[in-house]
Amino acid sequence: MDALQPVSGSAGFIASVAKVVLVFAGVMLTVAYMTLAERRVSAWIQDRIGPNRVGPFGLLQPIADGLKNLLKEETLPAKSSKLFFLMGPMIALMPALVTFAVIPFAAPLPTHWGVVDMVVADVPIGILYILAITSLGVYGLVLGGWASNNKYALLGGMRASAQMVSYEVALGLSVVAVLILAGNVTLTQVVWQQQQLHFWFAFPLSLAFILFLASAYAETNRLPFDMPEAESELVAGYHTEYSGMKYAMFPMAEYANMVTSSALMATLFLGGWDLPGSWDNMFWYHGQLISGFAANGSVILAHPALWKTLLTFVAFAIKTAFFLVVYIWVRWTLPRFRYDQVMALGWKVLLPTGLGYVMLIAGATLVLDQLGLPWGFTYGLILTVLSGLATAGFLVFLDRGHTIFGAAAARDQKTIVRHRAGVPAQAGD
Amino acid sequence: MTISVKMMKRPEPEKNSYLRATLSGMALTFRHLVNPAKVTLQYPEEEADLHARWRGTHRMEVHADGRPKCVACGLCPTVCPANCIRLVGGEDDQGNRYPVVYEIDEFRCIFCGMCQEVCPVEAIHVGRHFENAEYTRDRFVYDLDRLMEQDHPTTLLWDPSDPRSE
Repeated sequence: MDALQPVSGSAGFIASVAKVVLVFAGVMLTVAYMTLAERRVSAWIQDRIGPNRVGPFGLLQPIADGLKNLLKEETLPAKSSKLFFLMGPMIALMPALVTFAVIPFAAPLPTHWGVVDMVVADVPIGILYILAITSLGVYGLVLGGWASNNKYALLGGMRASAQMVSYEVALGLSVVAVLILAGNVTLTQVVWQQQQLHFWFAFPLSLAFILFLASAYAETNRLPFDMPEAESELVAGYHTEYSGMKYAMFPMAEYANMVTSSALMATLFLGGWDLPGSWDNMFWYHGQLISGFAANGSVILAHPALWKTLLTFVAFAIKTAFFLVVYIWVRWTLPRFRYDQVMALGWKVLLPTGLGYVMLIAGATLVLDQLGLPWGFTYGLILTVLSGLATAGFLVFLDRGHTIFGAAAARDQKTIVRHRAGVPAQAGD
Repeated sequence: MTISVKMMKRPEPEKNSYLRATLSGMALTFRHLVNPAKVTLQYPEEEADLHARWRGTHRMEVHADGRPKCVACGLCPTVCPANCIRLVGGEDDQGNRYPVVYEIDEFRCIFCGMCQEVCPVEAIHVGRHFENAEYTRDRFVYDLDRLMEQDHPTTLLWDPSDPRSE
């Protein structure tokens, strides 16, 4: 059997088109069923039943919702800026859908014409592409909110941009820790490095994982960070004036962002499509599909198979679904932060922690590399212990109530300080 | 009965923890997620369990030969606080009184059940029933035929020796 080659020529073109269609359909289907999952899970959490009337177990509910939204009347506010009002939902939805293109979702698939990589576009700038494109989504929110000519919509849009700017910093810093360890921004290589380390990066980079998780919730405008929507304060935030399908495109963008960020978290921190063991390790190394290196430095060729592709795809889907369920679970548990709490958490906690952690990881990898420790289990174990200590320190610090505490606790603290200073209690204490 | 007030224990400012509170909250929601309390009644499929003294729309009891039990004594329109019963009595050859017209406007009715309590021959009853939808408003004035056709269970009168109807 001759060496496995990647597909090329017209077969490669057909494979690319097929992957684009399948990934797009898969993301859209997941988005549709996330709306159902959100409603069912929230219902169960609140001891209700949820939508169960359309189809068996309500499984056709997303289709009914879509039909309803398509048939509903579209309203245009009289004094809105028409062009930007129409562009808002499009700009919000588009980046949410295209970011999935760089995420590898299964092991390479061998076909008659060559090996097909299970990623739409394995671009060399991987994570940078995601960071660049997801930031564009907030323009849709801001434009839609501003063009509505409604003060609540404008406030929602402003909050969206402020929040996005604040948390992109922490998100970027936690990704930098991953990049230092992976040594590359290509997502296939991030997966490969996790396979070689015998550790998923959630362990050696546990603090980056926590920072990324918190920032991802803020970036996707999900509770407890749904300041742009904040229905109890801002009516419905940036989409107050939208109706029908134009409205539906905003939640679709939100869910698509959730799917992408869940897939990204699975890829960066839970090994992507990787399963324990080295049987599924595959990577293009100088034109050869290898599964690892032998002790003398020569390559071990990989043996891709259809069942390996399917099994790794299931692993990837389960990891992504896990994060999606946690998204919903957290939403129906936590109350919304106050606006100042959101900003304080982003700038005073996550940013310095991220900076410090990047220094720590950079220093640790430098020392380990200088000691000549090979990239492998021991390397990962040392970093896991180090990060575990950093995480424990971070959580103890966060747990002390220095950063996020309620108004009651702040008032109590003031009372205690006054009491210690001998100032008598006042009205309002 | 005394009002009981549940005092929530507030965490001390220095010991107050966001993360632990979050985790315990998520544990609580998870318990409900995997084991939700069954409180919803799937209404069209599952019948509501109406109380024995539930008072719904009326029905008129009939004799075995199909005549209404009503003797047109006029007590029910007299006692009715909403004035929703219209009764015109008549008398047959043997001198038995019977209702010529007996109409109840269910829109005016307040479902107090006093017509049932006052009836000396146990003819008019309020019933254990609540599905009353109609397409026009005039269908809500129930005439005698309609009242005799109703077949839902009748309401139990309050018994002082069994105040909870157990």
